[in-house]
Amino acid sequence: MPPSAAPALPDVTASDQALRRFLHGLPGVDAVGLDARAAALGTRSIKTTAKAYAIDLAISMIDLTTLEGADTPGKVRSLCAKGRNPDPSDRTAPSPAAICVYPDMVRVAKESLAGTDIQVASVATAFPAGRASREVKIADVREAVAAGADEIDMVIDRGAFLSGRYLKVFEEIAAVRECCERPSGGAARLKVIFENGELATYDNVRRASWLAMLAGADFIKTSTGKVAVNATPPNTLVMLEAVRDFRASTGRQVGVKPAGGIRTTKDAIKYLVMVNETLGDDWLSPRWFRFGASGLLNDLLMQRQKLSSGRYSGPDYVTVD
Amino acid sequence: MTNDGFHGQNGVFAYAPAPESRSVVDIAPSYGLFIDGEFREAADGKVFKTLAPASEEVLSEVAQAGAADVDAAVAAARKAFTGWSALPGAERAKYLFRIARVIQERSRELAVLETLDNGKPIKESRDADLPLVAAHFFYYAGWADKLDHAGFGPAPRPVGVAGQVIPWNFPLLMLAWKIAPALACGNTVVLKPAETTPLSALFFADICRQAGLPRGVVNILTGDGATGAELVGHDGIDKVAFTGSTAVGKEIARTVAGTGKRLTLELGGKGANIVFDDAPIDQAVEGIVGGIFFNQGQVCCAGSRLLVQESIHDELLDALKRRLTTLRVGDPLDKNTDVGAINSAEQLARITELAEAGEAEGAERWSAPCELPSNGYWFAPTLFLGVSQAHRVAREEIFGPVLSVLTFRTPDEAVAKANNTPYGLSAGVWTEKGSRILAMAGRLRAGVVWANTFNKFDPTSPFGGYRESGFGREGGRHGLEAYLEH
Repeated sequence: MPPSAAPALPDVTASDQALRRFLHGLPGVDAVGLDARAAALGTRSIKTTAKAYAIDLAISMIDLTTLEGADTPGKVRSLCAKGRNPDPSDRTAPSPAAICVYPDMVRVAKESLAGTDIQVASVATAFPAGRASREVKIADVREAVAAGADEIDMVIDRGAFLSGRYLKVFEEIAAVRECCERPSGGAARLKVIFENGELATYDNVRRASWLAMLAGADFIKTSTGKVAVNATPPNTLVMLEAVRDFRASTGRQVGVKPAGGIRTTKDAIKYLVMVNETLGDDWLSPRWFRFGASGLLNDLLMQRQKLSSGRYSGPDYVTVD
Repeated sequence: MTNDGFHGQNGVFAYAPAPESRSVVDIAPSYGLFIDGEFREAADGKVFKTLAPASEEVLSEVAQAGAADVDAAVAAARKAFTGWSALPGAERAKYLFRIARVIQERSRELAVLETLDNGKPIKESRDADLPLVAAHFFYYAGWADKLDHAGFGPAPRPVGVAGQVIPWNFPLLMLAWKIAPALACGNTVVLKPAETTPLSALFFADICRQAGLPRGVVNILTGDGATGAELVGHDGIDKVAFTGSTAVGKEIARTVAGTGKRLTLELGGKGANIVFDDAPIDQAVEGIVGGIFFNQGQVCCAGSRLLVQESIHDELLDALKRRLTTLRVGDPLDKNTDVGAINSAEQLARITELAEAGEAEGAERWSAPCELPSNGYWFAPTLFLGVSQAHRVAREEIFGPVLSVLTFRTPDEAVAKANNTPYGLSAGVWTEKGSRILAMAGRLRAGVVWANTFNKFDPTSPFGGYRESGFGREGGRHGLEAYLEH
């Protein structure tokens, strides 16, 4: 189980100044070198048995997501049905890891998924902008947890982060972390969303990663999927390096979730290659790596059908939910 | 760790073999010399075999050029010079552009060929060698009609016939570095590829015909060191360009001395890759790996000495070792191979000998666990820790996948150690501090200093060395000078 919310390195979170010194003392990221490394990993050629393995692994890592103003119970139920049975023509297809919805849809999702291992993840804390008072954010989280959410995807206060008020961001994450505890024992797993597109620099992504992990994040997540730049291979690579280094220095393992913009099997496999060569087997499971996506699942299913049948079917041979 | 009932698999993501197809290249059982636009046998009929270093399979048999063949090739180049040098620059450019385009069109074929004959991973021949080869021809094609404005006088003239001898580490790329500027400036050439990697130059001869290049402008003589010696000693050439070992370079300098021939030499190196404690660590690790394991370390400008600031030695070395365990060593034609075969038995013997000397002298040897194929010439990526300036592995060019790790405490010490070598080809500086990069670059005696990167090449950027690394520059505007009278 995730450890308690107690900060992993108490000294560095004692004050805003201490936190700033620590975060700004992390090794810098050379953007050109990082981009080149991510691109180089993207040229791995994953074929035959390796591809079949990667496709099933990727499916099992999806947080199948619907986060629209137009979401209805019917829409959420149909997504849950898709999660239970992703490919009606092939029952061996694995289920995704979770269904990801807004807090008011958690109960519907929970009911629809009863009897499965599929988790219900809920975005919270005034997703996606995070522009609300802490009280409102906390209430948002409490509601989702009370409705039975297994996982909470919170957004950080990017305004506070960019203006250097790191301790404010830290405290907010820690407060949300506490609200993830259930009175009945156990806790919802906390994913902390940075919105990398708004943090803009890789140095900021690395600092946000450490900040969130110090505050007790179970997962760090690239983005909401609601802005122009979401998960990219290089910004995800920075986060993979951060969780690797964090475990090496604290012993605690944290998961990573790229979200937004990952639509094809080819893309998903590039991410798995990055995980494999940066973190290794320890992170190659849905417990430690997720894809936040909606369209990706069908592309993976089509590629899966192609591998087993030897021919391409088409978008009408997978279900649109 | 508990598994919350996740249905995911916890296993090993093993990459299945992904071999590039050999069928895209058609290697003839034998090749002649390319003289005056025709392939012909050597005058004395001598031949030698060329092997695939990854398997020791014989790829083809090529002619061994002797003195009579060198005479014939030089005569053909001399005859062609009159017409070629008289062409307007824009006309010469058309041929070079055409060659560049044919190289791009045939790049997959040439990449597979290069990988077979040299042993380098297809990933590198496909993504580094071939794009750079085409880029070099495109770049110098652009100069051909602008030579009057290149800064070498109002109407610089070509030198004449160039005798060019190139090494086996980047066979086609080194050919491009030699032939593209020579032709752009109006010279004609006789080029000898390395004994162990003659094939891509012979395919290039075919490309010259395909591009309709006038006869005799490019002549290719395959052969060994004796052929090279005949060529550089030939009275009919005006200019010698050599890339290779310092020992041979010195011999050539002696041969050429007093003859009036122009000479450029691009020789060995013992590049220092200097990592300060404020470096971007993850990217520095990539740069170290790229600096010494690119092309199996068989790179004259390889970053074969890692100078790491003592305060981050352990952290950096842990990261480096972890990274080395992910390097994939094996079949060069597999698209996922990172480190391929050593080019020849002779080179493997040299690397092995120096590595043994490193151990005998007390440096700590470390290699990532990896299985090496049973056939062919292989050497596992290797680190030597605790190396001091007195060790042979810190002083001699190994030209293989072997990195010597040294430490320093202050910038002055880093500069002193980096410069304490008879060579002076390349260096790298890793720090997030811009002022330190500039200060270091000014003090390092190396022809190329890379900042927060390593082994980056571009046709617009001059390349060359100091002292025992040679003289003259290739690439960029500077690269024209060697092929112009001014």
